[in-house]
Amino acid sequence: MNAAARSAPLQRYDVARIRADFPVLSTTVRGKRLAFLDTAASAQRPLAVIEAVDRYERSSHANVHRGVYQLSQKATDAFEGARTRVQRFLNAASERECIFTRGTTEAINLVAQSWARSRLGPGDEILITWMEHHANIVPWQMVCQQTGATLKVAPIDRNGELRLDAFEALLSPRTRLVAFTLVSNALGTVLPAARIIAAARRAGALVLVDAAQAVPHQKVDVQALDCDFLAFSAHKLYGPTGIGVLWGREAVLRDMPPWQGGGDMILTVSFECTTYNTLPYKFEAGTPNISGAIGLAAAIDYLEGLGIERVHAHEQALLRQATAALTAIPGLTIVGQAAHKAAVISFTLDGVHPHDLGTILDAEGVAVRAGHHCAMPVMEFFDVAATVRASFGCYSDEADLAQLVAALGHAREVFG
Amino acid sequence: MDLKDLYRDVILDHNKRPRNFGALEPADARAEGHNPLCGDRLTLTLRLDGNRVTDIRFEGKGCAISTASASLMTEAVLGKDIDSIDGLRAIVQRALTEHDYAAPPELGKLAALTGVREFPARVKCATLCWHTLAAALERSGANVSTE
Ligand SMILES: Cc1ncc(COP(=O)(O)O)c(C=O)c1O
Repeated sequence: MNAAARSAPLQRYDVARIRADFPVLSTTVRGKRLAFLDTAASAQRPLAVIEAVDRYERSSHANVHRGVYQLSQKATDAFEGARTRVQRFLNAASERECIFTRGTTEAINLVAQSWARSRLGPGDEILITWMEHHANIVPWQMVCQQTGATLKVAPIDRNGELRLDAFEALLSPRTRLVAFTLVSNALGTVLPAARIIAAARRAGALVLVDAAQAVPHQKVDVQALDCDFLAFSAHKLYGPTGIGVLWGREAVLRDMPPWQGGGDMILTVSFECTTYNTLPYKFEAGTPNISGAIGLAAAIDYLEGLGIERVHAHEQALLRQATAALTAIPGLTIVGQAAHKAAVISFTLDGVHPHDLGTILDAEGVAVRAGHHCAMPVMEFFDVAATVRASFGCYSDEADLAQLVAALGHAREVFG
Repeated sequence: MDLKDLYRDVILDHNKRPRNFGALEPADARAEGHNPLCGDRLTLTLRLDGNRVTDIRFEGKGCAISTASASLMTEAVLGKDIDSIDGLRAIVQRALTEHDYAAPPELGKLAALTGVREFPARVKCATLCWHTLAAALERSGANVSTE
């Protein structure tokens, strides 16, 4: 615990006040109170984010890095200010290491197409885990096809934990990159990042961390993690869609070729020779999502204002309650029972297909995800076509949980 | 909008006790359908006598809507020729998606599925088997009109 947190008076976590910051939470669904339990797919936005974007749109918009006029300078300052905010959020060594992308998916594709494609070949290996989101599988499959490199997958166990022994056994001097998720979106498992990264380092591999599900719940410090790349999306962090970040270690980024060409990523262009811009602009071709970046910065301000540790404690308390309540329901199986979990519960209910369950819960105002969660290998491992997933955020409360439990009872009635 | 309208008794019954469940071996036509949204998979096998479906089975894991729809479909198309199946498929498609559509009597028991109109996310569950059937018939070389 840091000094500030220790000396601050322990305030009650006032979830009612937090809920009031999120306009959508006071809407109704089919006449019922909305119990939004799909935050892991995309979080809702607080007024602070909505208003920051609105303010920018009303008073500060122009293209960035271009105009000499004041409005363009204002937009550029706001955009670059957002980058600095991201740098502090991740404890990155410099803003130059923080590249704006469309999201986690684009960030991972950037590394695949720039870093991996330019230096991997037959005999090289990329190691991922069985728990990855498709966004951390498919870009590597594509680049393996392009380069002749091989994709290796570290297995998991029945609890949904990474099998560390098997993971370490798959590491070798051929392993050029280890790419893994800090938190599984389908199971909630928090992976043992320190051990994974230390082992990867010993093998001489670079490390990419998919932090999409981690940043909303835990402090993520890229220097403490000692990884080389880290990706996340704003929309899972109470920010807008269409914006995310690739953080990369400067020494690694500097040696990477650009992956998209266009404006902003160049210094000079002639038909004979084009020189590329410096970091981070080398990787930001074209007009960026300026308002998105500003919304992201506001979302970081908001979350850190609440205190990530306090949000985490609140979510963990809800997770414990939810786990106990759902375990008590006959025929309900929780898929993913790792010792360390983020606030995600995936489950199945005997005799009711997850898709039907999703519809029935929706009729009760409960929004959950029903499907494969873009993690089909995980579903296959547990031999289910799909699960229902309830996930919690800073605004989730006991009433959401009670509504879920009641709706599950209703599903039992419908299906007899 | 009422859940009871989606999960009518006929549907719950066909979900619990699907008709014509299984696989025909050998088969004159077969196709696999996949609904990537929910991970549902469906395999259809058929026996044909000329243009007539003389036997049909389905197999797979699916939600109540897709299971019941496939089960009802096998009953509806058994013994029919391909042209009338095609006509029925067009009727079903409209009945499941168009609010003001006055379905002709040929719809029969399949009318139980029309509750999906109120649940757009579930329409694909109900139509998966019909697309799969069209693919199976097309591939069998039997004459499927695309009109
Ligand atoms: C673990 C994980 N990685 C990657 C992604 C992809 O994020 P995005 O769709 O925002 O690019 C997600 C989103 O579901 C995720 O949960």
